[in-house]
Amino acid sequence: MSASYLWQDGTLRSWLLTRDHKRIALLYLGSITAFFALGGIGAALIRLQLLEPAGTILSDATYNRVFTMHGVVMVWLFLVPSIPVTLGNFLVPLMLGARDLAFPRLNLVSWYLFVASGLLVLYGLFRGGLETGWTFYTPLSSDYSEGRVLPVVLGIFLNGFSSIATGVNFIVSIHQLRAPGMTWYRLPLMLWALYATSIIFVLATPVLGITLLLLAFERLFRVGVFDPTLGGDPLLFQQMFWFYSHPAVYIMILPGMGVVSEIVSTFCRKPVFGYRFVAWSSVSIAAIGFIVWGHHMFVAGESLYSAIVFSMFSFFVSVPSAIKVFNWLGTMHGGSIRLDAPMLYALGFIGLFTVGGLTGLFLASLAADVHLTQTYFVVAHFHYIMVGGMVSAYFGGLHYWWPKITGRMYPEIWGRLAAALIFFGFNLTFFPQFILGFEGMPRRYATYPAQFQVLNVLSSAGAGILAVAYVMPLVYFTWSLFRGARAPDNPWGATGLEWRTSSPPPVENFAETPVVTTDAYDYGDMDARTGVADAGGRHHV
Amino acid sequence: MSDGAVLDRHAPYETTLHRDETAIAGMWLFLASETLLFGGLFLVCLVYSQTRADGWAEGVRHTNLAIGAVNTLVLITSSAIYTMAVEAGRRGDNRRVMRFGLGAAVLGLAFLVLKGVEWGQEFSENLFPGPHFALHGPNARAAELFYSFYFLATFLHGMHMVVGIGLILWIGRKAHQGAFSAAWSTPVDVVGLYWSFVDLVWMLLFPLLYLIGRA
Amino acid sequence: MSWLPEASAHAARIDLLLAGLTIISLAVLGLVFGLMVLNVMRFRAGRTTAVARAAAGHKNWWFEIAWTAATLVIFFGLFLWATQLYVVGFRPPADAIQIYVTGKQWMWKIQYPGGQREINALHVPAGRPVRLLMTSEDVIHDFSVPALRIKHDVLPGRYQSLWFTATRTGSFRLYCTQFCGVGHSRMTGTLTVLDAADYADWLNNVPASGSLAMEGEALFIRSGCSGCHASSRYAPDAADASRAPSMVGLYGSRVVLADGHAIVADAAFLHDAILDSPRRQGASFATEMPSFRGVLGEEDLAALVAYLQTLSPALPPDTGN
Ligand code: HEA
Ligand code: HEA
Ligand code: HEC
Ligand code: CUA
Ligand SMILES: [Cu+2]
Repeated sequence: MSASYLWQDGTLRSWLLTRDHKRIALLYLGSITAFFALGGIGAALIRLQLLEPAGTILSDATYNRVFTMHGVVMVWLFLVPSIPVTLGNFLVPLMLGARDLAFPRLNLVSWYLFVASGLLVLYGLFRGGLETGWTFYTPLSSDYSEGRVLPVVLGIFLNGFSSIATGVNFIVSIHQLRAPGMTWYRLPLMLWALYATSIIFVLATPVLGITLLLLAFERLFRVGVFDPTLGGDPLLFQQMFWFYSHPAVYIMILPGMGVVSEIVSTFCRKPVFGYRFVAWSSVSIAAIGFIVWGHHMFVAGESLYSAIVFSMFSFFVSVPSAIKVFNWLGTMHGGSIRLDAPMLYALGFIGLFTVGGLTGLFLASLAADVHLTQTYFVVAHFHYIMVGGMVSAYFGGLHYWWPKITGRMYPEIWGRLAAALIFFGFNLTFFPQFILGFEGMPRRYATYPAQFQVLNVLSSAGAGILAVAYVMPLVYFTWSLFRGARAPDNPWGATGLEWRTSSPPPVENFAETPVVTTDAYDYGDMDARTGVADAGGRHHV
Repeated sequence: MSDGAVLDRHAPYETTLHRDETAIAGMWLFLASETLLFGGLFLVCLVYSQTRADGWAEGVRHTNLAIGAVNTLVLITSSAIYTMAVEAGRRGDNRRVMRFGLGAAVLGLAFLVLKGVEWGQEFSENLFPGPHFALHGPNARAAELFYSFYFLATFLHGMHMVVGIGLILWIGRKAHQGAFSAAWSTPVDVVGLYWSFVDLVWMLLFPLLYLIGRA
Repeated sequence: MSWLPEASAHAARIDLLLAGLTIISLAVLGLVFGLMVLNVMRFRAGRTTAVARAAAGHKNWWFEIAWTAATLVIFFGLFLWATQLYVVGFRPPADAIQIYVTGKQWMWKIQYPGGQREINALHVPAGRPVRLLMTSEDVIHDFSVPALRIKHDVLPGRYQSLWFTATRTGSFRLYCTQFCGVGHSRMTGTLTVLDAADYADWLNNVPASGSLAMEGEALFIRSGCSGCHASSRYAPDAADASRAPSMVGLYGSRVVLADGHAIVADAAFLHDAILDSPRRQGASFATEMPSFRGVLGEEDLAALVAYLQTLSPALPPDTGN
């Protein structure tokens, strides 16, 4: 067996010029962790400011820059890339039984693009800042804003190319590099989810690109593409922005759903209930997700007719999510459930995603949205899905595959403790915001009427707990890198191909190309009670 | 997309054929993405050419039809010549790949030069949007809007041309080194796909920027 | 903490919808969390003896179809319920009082038909429909009154409308809920609902610079409109529509535009026409109308529109869109 990918050549140069998807995944992991911390600091400042109705530490102008920074960094530099570029990059070839992604060099290029875009965005955010919100509505962004719109917008434009490169790479890899016997219906559900995500990457991101270019053009040359006083149409910007950004919210959930499918199956020792339904529901979320963007504009002045159509499609797009939730519950039924940390995160995901999704239905309901839109209800809705859902799934996935990635176990007790604390802190932070929203507290307010203070203080308290809970994994993961117990090849007794190679995997992934002879999640010959795999004989490495 | 016909040890492909198919699939997917990039622009163009038809048409009337038409011919020819390079590549004829490639690249350059001349004229006539915009009257705003799109679209297309010419020159160099054979000429094909796409985009831009509403 | 008051019948209907949504959500959440907990308790590894593994591999299509269908049915019901309450927003009653609202970084300017003006305060009578005609002088704002459960974006360069009938007297907060720059969180005010007598009183006690329509009439002369447009009182003579279309009876009439489609000349049409005059089908006038963009502010436009509306006396202030 040849050397692990981690230590084969330890020079900095070999890391920075690597074409190994596993190393690129780690490069990405480092960068997005930094961005998560940055966005988290933004969140902390927001919650600090909102402790007092008149604000505590920030001026109005600074507050606006802070929440814009928080949104921009969290969305484009953390959550959109999160699972795809780290776990996805690491796992796609392993799960396919391939040696690498289809275009290893392009993969490295995409990381450099990502870093460049991140630096450009940071330059804009810190040299002058930006106060438009992450949505850049015109004409505020094109004419009135005093912030650094251009660098940020161009940074996000570049970021888009990085996403597109990743998407192209995944789709082509899944089509072309499946191991012998790996038919479409034997693919792990994680790959179906990433496939659907990649479709959105490839087809939605360029529209954002062109929109941002138009915005930059308008701002540079003062021409009226979107500004009505110069003859443009401000709603057109919103249409184009949401044409990307609604599909993008599914970029921010589908990979998480993939991870949860893997984890639930492993820790229940059962195939995923309704495999084909779960698989196709990912693709249909991606497809229907392209035609619901107008639900962000119910009060923006779109026509009655389009509002009705977009509302209806928003309900339709929720059906495949419902299918997934029910199928996960079905998977648990009759399984042999173990509650290790990854499973706790997965269960947290299912619960919190459902809350977020159900409140999405409030917003999809036309008359209800009129009351709730632009309030903290919306803020709570998307944090439930993006933080309670996707970030939980991301953490769950990191715990689940940590042994494979590093060859070390994380401390299980701490893992469970952090998962529980995150769940608690999260609900304390964001549940009060639903009530705030119903009561009418508008979002993006640096100051607020005193009647809202109690709930805001609760929310800030929750954020404190959440911050501690998110730092915990950072600490014990680092610890485990040096002190953690050595991980066996297949610590969870799972079935995917990635578990059939050593932990950490060798540079070429598999000593010989694996051959797939069974469906995914075939726990048939495992002992249900002990949950120990007797599948050792199937190891090819 | 690694060099040469030999497989590198860590490359994820089984055979060279497998690698080539993969490269072509990748290019198609990339072009799908590009289609949406330009598609967004076309969509906005179409919306405004309807809602602000008068001024839009006035803008169209001020573009230089002669240069536009010549350029269209130049680009079609370039694309056609490149097709011959692709054919030559399939036969493994490196000399002709190089020659046709150079031909296509030169025409591409000619396109850019002409475009530059046209831009120069437009700048000197103050047709670039901004406070000194040349046209006046009730439709000036919409005409200005037209010119925003005109410049953005031609700029974006021009950037694609630059990349395309670069790629073709790279192919020419490889052909010069004798890299292609009857068994292997995938890069020539892949670049061909891209070049045809750039051509196609112009085929859509030309009527939008020069013809519709001119009458 | 006081629960958000319901200041209109519409608000009560919205709350009912929200209650319905909440109950359904709680039921679904109960189901999801309940099944999760039950499953964990029953099927914990090591706790069960022999798990019925036979069923494990089988997909049960009936389950899939059943829960998909159930979800669809519930969704469809919710969709219809919510849509029907939304549609009313697009149908203002004909006899609504019309009040002009102009958003500006970072204040709300309110103009009443009687010429009264206020900043960041809106007074309305209880029990009568009120229609707000809203526009912005700069960026997008959003006029929101939670107690009425309504809001709408306010866009530069066009009119948006919002209507309601407040049923409960008192003061309620109003907010700007579309991010509009530094002062966004300070762009707030109060809605005061008065009973009919108090409202009349209030109107009388607020200094008014002549009615809005009168102000508009003055502007109509001062800005040179009357030089081209007939308005029955000023030169050119009432009947002379050769220079430009007559303004008499224009409001509420059908206008056929050059591209062939006909629209009803409502307030928004008048507003836009002053900024950029539309071309009528077969129009042949002796003059060409200049654009008043940048010349007239939104408050002037509101006054002009109010005046032009009085030139169609047979019609109520606004026939809707
Ligand atoms: C990962 C991100 C993510 C995801 C997955 C979603 C998913 C959904 N979102 Fe959300 N949304 C955002 C992120 C996300 N959203 C963000 C960031 C914003 C604000 C942007 C901004 O303005 O800044 C937003 C805003 C937003 C709005 C606009 C609000 C406004 O500004 O007025 C709407 C309106 O329709 C909406 C709806 C929905 C719906 C219907 C879903 C559905 O896909 C949810 C489907 C899931 C379920 C429904 C739960 C599971 C279902 C069951 C268990 C079935 C049983 C249920 C029944 C039988 C009732 N979202
Ligand atoms: C996409 C992902 C994402 C994530 C993960 C989060 C995470 C959080 N968000 Fe954010 N949020 C958005 C996306 C996200 N948010 C978006 C898109 C907006 C809209 C912006 C706009 O309106 O334009 C928004 C807006 C938003 C608001 C509304 C602001 C306003 O409208 O005025 C609030 C208010 O409470 C908030 C709070 C939080 C909190 C408490 C967290 C917490 O979950 C964060 C907890 C994490 C930490 C605290 C960091 C942990 C620490 C480390 C990893 C190490 C740090 C190291 C050191 C401190 C040394 N967010
Ligand atoms: C120099 C002449 C001129 C002046 C001054 C002028 N208009 Fe006009 N206006 C026209 C003409 C001509 C049209 C018809 C345009 C067409 O249909 O092609 C028109 C159209 C309109 C319309 C649309 C009505 C319709 O039936 O098409 C409105 C409303 C209007 N003007 C209001 C005003 C107001 C208010 C002012 C002053 C602030 C004003 N106009 C000043 C010439 C003028
Ligand atoms: Cu005006 Cu926010
Ligand atoms: Cu959406």
